[in-house]
Amino acid sequence: MSQAAAVPLPKPGARRAAQRGRGKPPRFDVRRLPGFATMAWVCVIGLYAPIVVLVIYSFNDNPSVTIWTGFSWRWYASAFGNEQIRDAALLSLRVAVTAAIVATAFATMAALATTRVPSFRGLTAIYAIINQPLMVPEIVTGIATVVFFALIKQLTGIYGLGYLITAHIVFCIPFAYLPIRARLEDMDRAYEIAAADLYATPWRAFRYVTLPLLVPGILGGAMLAFLVSLDDVVITVLVSGPGEETLPLYVIGQVKRGVTPELNAMATLFLAASTLFATLFFLLTRKRAG
Amino acid sequence: MTTETAAAPPPAPAALSAAEAAAQAVERRAGVRRWLLAAPAVTVIGVCGLMPLLIVLAYSWAKPADYAGVVWRFQPDAWVNLLFQQDIFSDALTPNYAYYSIYLRSVEMAFLTTTLALIVGFPTAYFIATRSPRNRNVWLFLITIPFWSNLLIRIYAIMMIIRDDGYLNHALISLGFIDQPVPIIYTNYAVAYGLIYAYLPLMVMPLYASIEKLDFRLVEAGYDLYASRLKVLWHVIVPLVKPGIVAGCTLVFIPAIGDYIIAQMLGGGNRMMLGNLIAQQFSTARNWPQGSALALGLMSVVMLALMFYAARMQRSRAQ
Repeated sequence: MSQAAAVPLPKPGARRAAQRGRGKPPRFDVRRLPGFATMAWVCVIGLYAPIVVLVIYSFNDNPSVTIWTGFSWRWYASAFGNEQIRDAALLSLRVAVTAAIVATAFATMAALATTRVPSFRGLTAIYAIINQPLMVPEIVTGIATVVFFALIKQLTGIYGLGYLITAHIVFCIPFAYLPIRARLEDMDRAYEIAAADLYATPWRAFRYVTLPLLVPGILGGAMLAFLVSLDDVVITVLVSGPGEETLPLYVIGQVKRGVTPELNAMATLFLAASTLFATLFFLLTRKRAG
Repeated sequence: MTTETAAAPPPAPAALSAAEAAAQAVERRAGVRRWLLAAPAVTVIGVCGLMPLLIVLAYSWAKPADYAGVVWRFQPDAWVNLLFQQDIFSDALTPNYAYYSIYLRSVEMAFLTTTLALIVGFPTAYFIATRSPRNRNVWLFLITIPFWSNLLIRIYAIMMIIRDDGYLNHALISLGFIDQPVPIIYTNYAVAYGLIYAYLPLMVMPLYASIEKLDFRLVEAGYDLYASRLKVLWHVIVPLVKPGIVAGCTLVFIPAIGDYIIAQMLGGGNRMMLGNLIAQQFSTARNWPQGSALALGLMSVVMLALMFYAARMQRSRAQ
């Protein structure tokens, strides 16, 4: 996207404005449609208003969430002190980090196998399988996974967090795959051919040429996988075993009992974390344009 | 020169075949390596993504066990129940109106969400695509950031605003518009708002990608031919960005029709959608075959939507 954005479109309106002299607004801008700018602002305000309100009220001194009395950090302190919140957040992070690392490793390998290669038999099948988690509604994936894992638990008697992590790996792979593949496709074969001409073995050419060039894509993929894992609700809620209280499960349990400022503080921290990672992803994948 | 080319052909077949054999060996090794590289991802998704669906397919034809699970006896009841209800006494089949109303609500909500998301998303995407390249990235970033935060946290933020004791009602009361809180949460409007809120970026992104490629000389030509803004929008811009519209609508429609968590949180218990019905079969109703059949039914609807999308894309590419 950012790449295409670098190519400026012809701007007839702007050109006309320039002909008449600077500072004067164009008389008729063909690109403008009345009301569209308003709608865009309404859209952004609509998206951010609930989040902004949530963040502001997480600093509210009053235990009642609706009445503002004064600024305070107390809910952050109490959220950090709440063992249940801490455990849920740590569990969610553990699942997200593990799933993101494994999914990114698998996705990198798959991207190397399917990008910039001559078409081979089974390539379409590999694409289809990798994208499968994106095609099926989450609720269907969720219940199918539950049924499958129940069967395995019955057969093997093995329980644990591994099931939840595996479920996350499955839907993280296609997300990690996309930016890595995009990066690979943009890479010039010439670098690797040059390395081979200089007597580098295929492994050394990969290790010292392909891999370093691929790093932004891999990091971008990992960020995306991490975000998607942290963002997931449906599959996490369905697949979590007893005693595995992840963040979404904790929030659902709390909301049933009512809205608390402590929950606002925790939600704000999570929003900050995902904003940070989304920003990193944005910066990492944007670089390829330059 | 001429002698060389004349002399060259005789040894060529042998050399070529040797080179060919070597090339084939290299290619074969590369092929094996490609499969080995793809294997982990393909295996994980194949085993934990595709196989469960096959198991669900098998379960949908089995008999429900008393407490969750299935008994392995062939029984097509779950599929029949999608449309008909069996009378306990006479075995007569009557239409399953309870399910029809849930299907209808799901489809209605999905269409409503898609339409409203298009109405809001199109102008937004158009506005973004007509900014300077630098501003475009900032706008896109702004639109996608909320999308990357936990869905439940976003729903929670909405709940804080629209619940009976929420900020919206407080604001309306203190401004004197109303004196009693208006019920907003646990209505269809709340669910629709939640769905649009959650999936709007999925509409804006493909629309943006289409509009950004739009050749504005065609738009200018439309104005030169004395078309009004509305006419240009309808007869020039919309037909040109149709692929983006179809992609955006598909991307919003699919998660909206399969929604589970938004209807549960913002719709309360009585605004059931297909997703909730499916989840219920695996929790309180303890009828796994029924849940499996419903899930596969939903999946077929989504697959049909995707096929429709693919067909549209192919047609527009052919043009």
